[in-house]
Amino acid sequence: MSTLSRRRGRLSPYLLILPGGLWLLLFFAVPIFQLGVTSLYDPSGSLEQGYAMTWAFGNYADALSQYWPHFVRSLVYAGIATVLCLLLGYPLAYAIAQKSGRWKNLMLVCVIAPFFTSFLVRTLAWKTILSDNGALVGFLRDVHLLDASGRLLATPIAVVLGLTYNFLPFMVLPLYANLDRLDGRLLEAANDLYASPARAFAKVTLPLSMPGLVAGTLLTFIPAAGDYINAELLGTPNEYMIGNVIDSAFLVRLDYPQAAALSFILMAAILAIVFVYIKRAGTDEVV
Amino acid sequence: MHRTLQRLGRWIADHWILATGVFVLGYLFLPIAVVVGLSFNRPSSRLSYDFNEFTLDNWKNPCGPGDMCDAVVRSVQIGFVATVVATLLGTLMAFAMVRHRFRGRGATNLLIFLPMATPEVVMGSSLLALFVAGGVPLGFWTVVIAHVMFCVSFVVVTVKARLSGLDTRLEEAAMDLYASEWQTFRRVTLPLAFPGIVAGALLAFSLSFDDFIITNFNSGTTVTFPMYVWGASQRGIPPQVNVVGTAMFLVSLLLVLGTMVRRRRAVAV
Repeated sequence: MSTLSRRRGRLSPYLLILPGGLWLLLFFAVPIFQLGVTSLYDPSGSLEQGYAMTWAFGNYADALSQYWPHFVRSLVYAGIATVLCLLLGYPLAYAIAQKSGRWKNLMLVCVIAPFFTSFLVRTLAWKTILSDNGALVGFLRDVHLLDASGRLLATPIAVVLGLTYNFLPFMVLPLYANLDRLDGRLLEAANDLYASPARAFAKVTLPLSMPGLVAGTLLTFIPAAGDYINAELLGTPNEYMIGNVIDSAFLVRLDYPQAAALSFILMAAILAIVFVYIKRAGTDEVV
Repeated sequence: MHRTLQRLGRWIADHWILATGVFVLGYLFLPIAVVVGLSFNRPSSRLSYDFNEFTLDNWKNPCGPGDMCDAVVRSVQIGFVATVVATLLGTLMAFAMVRHRFRGRGATNLLIFLPMATPEVVMGSSLLALFVAGGVPLGFWTVVIAHVMFCVSFVVVTVKARLSGLDTRLEEAAMDLYASEWQTFRRVTLPLAFPGIVAGALLAFSLSFDDFIITNFNSGTTVTFPMYVWGASQRGIPPQVNVVGTAMFLVSLLLVLGTMVRRRRAVAV
């Protein structure tokens, strides 16, 4: 090999990385860094007059004390939605990977089919399904699960249901990718060794599917915690999540330091949860 | 006897799982069915979401509500530009990550992973703050910049998955047969990587076309289809929105099913 081509060989990964890497640095990393700086600006400034840098760590305390219910609500709603996604998504992913036979591709297409229509249009469709005059509410009132004036729309149930619906495919796809590679012979071996199906699942299938499960829960929880579309369309201000607050702080109230502090708290909370979760689950493969 | 019982038990267990799976698929499909249904609805009032009366008017006059079709066209334009750029940048990065060991690889990996782990509202708002600070006027191009930013990572992941499954001996064989580096890339590597690149591009387009949160922060007065729907949801949704939703669903479904049938035929040959 000539020196020239060897040198090019050493340089070429950097040339390949350069355009995409620069883009991500410039439009992802720099803005996030700048957001951190903005969160420490003097909150008494304004967009027109500019902000003074006063290392105002008080912004964080103010943001937390003012909006802690929204933070708690976001994490709780996202947590419940993630658990529901897991309960619904695991059997579906398992059925597609191991039980679907020749229907596998068709079932996979069905999982990604919701992506074929617009996210907002689908969420608005839930307004029709959960409507006070709809068949679902009528049925639930008839069997007295809801009282005569009970509603689903504009309740926390509607928001959690919407979150679960919108992020379910993000749970199913990594789980499927993982379960699809599961070696059926391991289950046969467990069976031969007199393990009951439940025990074989707990001792073989579940541990082996951990990487898919961890990836799926993260892909569900992170966007759900930051979402505000479902709360806005299916809930009321009583169900508003932290995303609603950040959105209005940036676009309506134009309070940039506080909005930046709120964003940073959200990101820190999510990263902390993700970190602890990955450690607990004992798998580093996702990162 | 014991064996038969066992087999029967397993059969029920099998079908219990399959039945649950089908039930969950029903949950995923319910809103789509509603969207299709509502595309044939004549709503009783502007703010009503209930099914009222069957009509074909919405399909006969899909561009009835002013600006909606403009918004769809703009979304397609933004999606197209963002997809081309993101696919190019992402594919190059994927090649570097799979084929090379180099200093800074870990940091690059982190830079690719983080946008996927950051809530959209944080990415959208921070980019807005950057544009405002830099005095960049918001509009078509700021939306494109934002979309490329969050699509690149997904392209990298998709193409990487394809590349890391490839047999490098095929390329070595080509080189042994005196193919130049360029010929090997053009005739062997690229065709093998192509399905991954197409998958990445399709993913990028659908992410871009459907994005609301990041777009809402960076669009200024430019209206994309999701932004149109959002605005309309505050003052009354025209039923034609469901026509667009249904049409999108049918087009994508045909595309995917067409690819599946063609692939099956290719396998059969």
